[in-house]
Amino acid sequence: MKILVPVKRVIDYNVKVRIKTDQTDVDLTNTKMAMNPFCEIAVEEAVRLKEKGVATEIVAVSIGPKACQEQIRNAMALGADRGIHVECDGFPESLQVAKILAKLVEQEQPGLVLVGKQSIDSDNNQTAQMLSALAKIPQGTFASAVDVEGDKVKVTREIDGGLQTLKLTLPAVISTELRLNEPRYAKLPDIMKAKRKPLAVMTTEELGVDIAPRVNTLKVTPPPSRSAGVKVESVAELVAKLRDEAKVIS
Amino acid sequence: MSILIYAEHDNAQLKAETHKLVTAASEIGGEVHVLVAGAGCAAVASQASAISGVSKVIVADNSVYAHQLAENIAELVLSLAGGYTHILAAATTTGKNFMPRVAALLDVVQLSDVIGIESADTFIRPIYAGNAIATVQSSDKVKVLTVRATSFDAAPEGNSAAVEAIDSVFENTQVTFEGDEMVKSDRPELTAANIIISGGRGMQDGEHFAMLERIADKLGAAVGASRAAVDAGFVPNDMQVGQTGKIVAPELYIAVGISGAIQHLAGMKDSKVIVAINKDPEAPIFQVADYGLEADLFAALPELESALG
Repeated sequence: MKILVPVKRVIDYNVKVRIKTDQTDVDLTNTKMAMNPFCEIAVEEAVRLKEKGVATEIVAVSIGPKACQEQIRNAMALGADRGIHVECDGFPESLQVAKILAKLVEQEQPGLVLVGKQSIDSDNNQTAQMLSALAKIPQGTFASAVDVEGDKVKVTREIDGGLQTLKLTLPAVISTELRLNEPRYAKLPDIMKAKRKPLAVMTTEELGVDIAPRVNTLKVTPPPSRSAGVKVESVAELVAKLRDEAKVIS
Repeated sequence: MSILIYAEHDNAQLKAETHKLVTAASEIGGEVHVLVAGAGCAAVASQASAISGVSKVIVADNSVYAHQLAENIAELVLSLAGGYTHILAAATTTGKNFMPRVAALLDVVQLSDVIGIESADTFIRPIYAGNAIATVQSSDKVKVLTVRATSFDAAPEGNSAAVEAIDSVFENTQVTFEGDEMVKSDRPELTAANIIISGGRGMQDGEHFAMLERIADKLGAAVGASRAAVDAGFVPNDMQVGQTGKIVAPELYIAVGISGAIQHLAGMKDSKVIVAINKDPEAPIFQVADYGLEADLFAALPELESALG
């Protein structure tokens, strides 16, 4: 079985976000970039499925500027066999990403598409679901466990109030939750080997997907800040303040 | 304008998110309809019809909707979409699961986690884990939104809108429900609680959460946890408050042994009153707390429990 894993280039999760002074966007100049953490979990799951003998080939895809090839190489160092870079200026919206991936699903015919549940920049949490709808293959979102059983996959999903288990007929799209696995680090020899793995480059035009933006961002501002209050000396003082000053307990 | 709201419920009880979405819809303006999709959900439909501002409740009561599987719900919503300018669902795991499908099948964008309504086509939403707030405008013919319910007040009750049953059945055979494991608790749900007491890595293990539970029972509070406490295996993920867990905004939020990572703050900083109990005076949680108590939680918690009588 072939597994397709999209990986997104995003701001490194440790980096503090700066907002441009003209409030048009977040300022990413000279900012450390990395693979979206949820995508790392998707790559790890694909590699584990290959190690178990369930998957035979892992194809990593990234969509965006040339620099995205870094994240594809990173996925290859972790175990992806080859890469596809869909090159375009900037990062398309979720719907466009889903359309591009749907085209690739048609071309590559993977048994499974493993997608991070959201990217830590736009925080949309849409791509897997949209891809599932457009490619007409079932979805298992927010997965914390994935078990392939013949032509089906059992997915345990983290939902509000607990866990839900679904059985999907392959091919299927799965989006990864944080607790699905703990991604490994790439080893130096694997990083060297990844440089020689095949990487195909294509454009959105070749795939026939229009990536003109549909959402107009009017402004980006810092969140309202919350200022520190007072320190209390004792539990008794705390309880008194909550009762008499804040009036939030009786 | 006409707005369709997808009701959040568990087939027996309508959730408060729906009342809050009615408020969001009233800020957009226009006629508001609520769709209740489930199995044996007649009671939910009548609860929805009681919300002021709702002019019609549409109920699709069929076993195929029992677990609100995304594939089936999306097709149902899509079949109704023609009559609406806006389609809203709560940004819960249910709404997040099916709504992007609706948007994709309508060939429109979805705006996720909306926290403010500027106008009928302009909305406010957090990006970068709440470290930036974007004002975005959609030119699509239908606006598909998931709404963060905690950002809106609940619409009052005192209405009896018409309830219309529809018998459309959409069943995708590529997916089947195998089972669920729901956490049972007598305490309020995190997203609906007026008071929340949460524990972090400082709790040291899962058993110590019993100290928080005893206080929660005295306050009628829900018990939450930071991602650090969940990742350390102290408590189940369902209790996680934060950017990747639940977003909450109670009247009172008590953070115990929680350092205050940005990830956690993103999930609770809209609480009305924040209390932090932490022995580290440098813990970032104190930067957002209205009341900070620098103390060893293992001494402070029993004291708090007895002070609450």
